Amino acid sequence: MSDLRSPLARARGLGSARDGLHHWWAQRLTAIALIPLVVWFAISLVMLSGADYDIARAWIGSPLVMVLLILTIAVGLHHGQLGLQVVIEDYVHGDGWKLALIVAVRFVAVIFGLAAIVAILRIGFGG
Amino acid sequence: MSVANRPVHRPLSPHLQVYRPQLTSVLSILHRATGIALSVGAIYLATWVIYAAASPKAYALFQGFNTSIAGRIVLGGWLFCAFYHLCNGIRHLFWDAGYGFELKDAYRSGWIVVAVSLIATAVSWVVGLRLV
Repeated sequence: MSDLRSPLARARGLGSARDGLHHWWAQRLTAIALIPLVVWFAISLVMLSGADYDIARAWIGSPLVMVLLILTIAVGLHHGQLGLQVVIEDYVHGDGWKLALIVAVRFVAVIFGLAAIVAILRIGFGG
Repeated sequence: MSVANRPVHRPLSPHLQVYRPQLTSVLSILHRATGIALSVGAIYLATWVIYAAASPKAYALFQGFNTSIAGRIVLGGWLFCAFYHLCNGIRHLFWDAGYGFELKDAYRSGWIVVAVSLIATAVSWVVGLRLV
């Protein structure tokens, strides 16, 4: 089992497209960042469950929470998008569907991430 | 047989249909399932702050669901997914660093993940319910 590539792949000599490591590394980096963020957010969620409009806005709009919440949402969506990409690559076999789903997941993550960041800034800076 | 025609013996993934479930494989599948659920949860979280920025009426609509029985189940489920994926994710990071690959260690860390995530979920449910 010294070489897992097929003879054809070896003859072509192309190997991978070489961004596999970047994906792997980004997934780990975001995972490490999410350890404290998720612990903080889970505790906050428990404390805030059932909070009314004013309490929720006062919490979201405080400076430290704004930073941590933006980080949690941005890093979380990035990590989720990387993970979903792997799941799609593993289980969706048609090339067209695979590409379409990976693109759709990334678009949805960026749109919701950006909308959430704008919403948090609006609450914090009083819009 | 020439080199070009020799079949390549790649490692195969276990076929779930004929594989007896075991702690390690169940936890592995659960890691993916909770990861998918948390991705949906991240969109839900984004929606929460978007509604909070929109108007009191929109926020009340959203919070009305959160405080309902169905909403409690969703939030409770999110907390379990978060704690499980967090604990098992740390287990994965140790593997990435090259530790804990022995079968005995994989089982021990697996049970630790199950215990810690269940305890954290239970504590958050009790504390959360008391506060509401």
